[in-house]
Amino acid sequence: MSGGHGHHELYVERATVVHRLPPHCKLVAVLAFVVAVISTPRSEVWPYLVYAAALAAVAAVSRLPATLILRRMVVEVPFVVFALLLPVVARGPRVEVFGFSLSESGLQAAGILLAKGTLGVVASIVLAATTRPRDVLLGLQLLRMPQALVQIMTFMFRYLEVVLAETGRMRVARESRGFRARHLGHLPVLAHSAGALFIRCYERGERVHLAMLSRGYTGRLPVLREVSAHSGQWAVAAILPAVAVLATASAWVLA
Amino acid sequence: MHVPDGFINAPISIAAGIVAAGGLAVCLRGARKELDDKTAPLAGLVAAFVFAVQMLNFPVGVGTSGHLMGGVLAAVLVGPYTGVLCVSVVLIVQALFFADGGLSALGVNIILMALVTALAGYAIVVALQHVLPKRRSSVVPAAVVGALASVPLAAAVFVLLFVLGGTADIPLGEVLAGMVGVHVLIGIGEAIITGLTVGSILGVRPDLVFAARRYEQELELRAPTR
Repeated sequence: MSGGHGHHELYVERATVVHRLPPHCKLVAVLAFVVAVISTPRSEVWPYLVYAAALAAVAAVSRLPATLILRRMVVEVPFVVFALLLPVVARGPRVEVFGFSLSESGLQAAGILLAKGTLGVVASIVLAATTRPRDVLLGLQLLRMPQALVQIMTFMFRYLEVVLAETGRMRVARESRGFRARHLGHLPVLAHSAGALFIRCYERGERVHLAMLSRGYTGRLPVLREVSAHSGQWAVAAILPAVAVLATASAWVLA
Repeated sequence: MHVPDGFINAPISIAAGIVAAGGLAVCLRGARKELDDKTAPLAGLVAAFVFAVQMLNFPVGVGTSGHLMGGVLAAVLVGPYTGVLCVSVVLIVQALFFADGGLSALGVNIILMALVTALAGYAIVVALQHVLPKRRSSVVPAAVVGALASVPLAAAVFVLLFVLGGTADIPLGEVLAGMVGVHVLIGIGEAIITGLTVGSILGVRPDLVFAARRYEQELELRAPTR
């Protein structure tokens, strides 16, 4: 990705073990970690501390600034709101908290939900910050995701900047004519922008396709770089999910 | 809102992942018919369009704003199968790169926002097209109703999944009513903006609207009479 685009600066350049791991190892590791986290039995609380410590260790080894992780955790906000509503709507025995009558099971469920959701969000943030987008795509391909789907993702990612810049120019054009979306009556203006954006995207897609045909595109993208993982790298990548699986398994045994 | 990790338990999440993968496989085959060898570049650009359009916020009420989900819009514009692929790719990118929607909940999110919204919504659009007058402009009301129905429909399927694999003890009836009620309101916004967008594209490039292709007339050859 080209540099200098604020919120699209996902990858954080560092030279660490985590950054150097092959992308497909990291994808499998993160997925296994998240599945282990969501399999935690309901009654136990201590496994979450183990998960959080393991994840924090990975973030520390990757030398990611804490502020970056905290800033990107903003995407959580909508489901935090949902979790806060749970104790109010759930059934079961109720407890008094600061004068509110809240459901006990709802409170517990909300806490678990927040813990699991937050761990998932942080795991994704660490993955995106330590792996270049094109390497993630390569990793998906190595994990046998259908070629067509990988290509659609590749094209989407490659042209996202262009399309977002186009959206930005349309917004500047609207605002320089004094427009600001204030009420629902302004929806037609936004809809016209969306329509124009679609036509421009579609036509760009046609041009990209023709340009690629003229360069010998046959429906497959050539692999320019062979990536493979040896067992040592798989072993390093397995540390995080192994800790999580161990914690989940012992929680089930102890529960 | 995207479903995060931990909302739905592991067995149902994994089952949803398998269902979603199967659905995507069917759509991949269908999309090849809709777009032939242009599939990858065009669907990629349309996916970028869906991503960008989700950033167009519109004011809903006091201080809150909503944004388009775009499932029915994508299905009406590029066909149901390609529409599903585009929205799914957007969801995968959001989960992997922007931590929006859990990785373990990716199957659930694809079922809700791509398969249910685009396929069921598009089925409603096609059904209405059979009833409405056989005119190009009929696409707009059909798309409006499809978009309106798709949002509460996705919410209802979410409640169903939450009952099957949910992690909280909540009263089913009330939650179903509440979720569907709230999402009807969100659906109205989705419907208005979908209808207006489809209408504005129909006015400029009607050939690009997939759902309007059935109204295309064959070119007539008229020889001068002697």
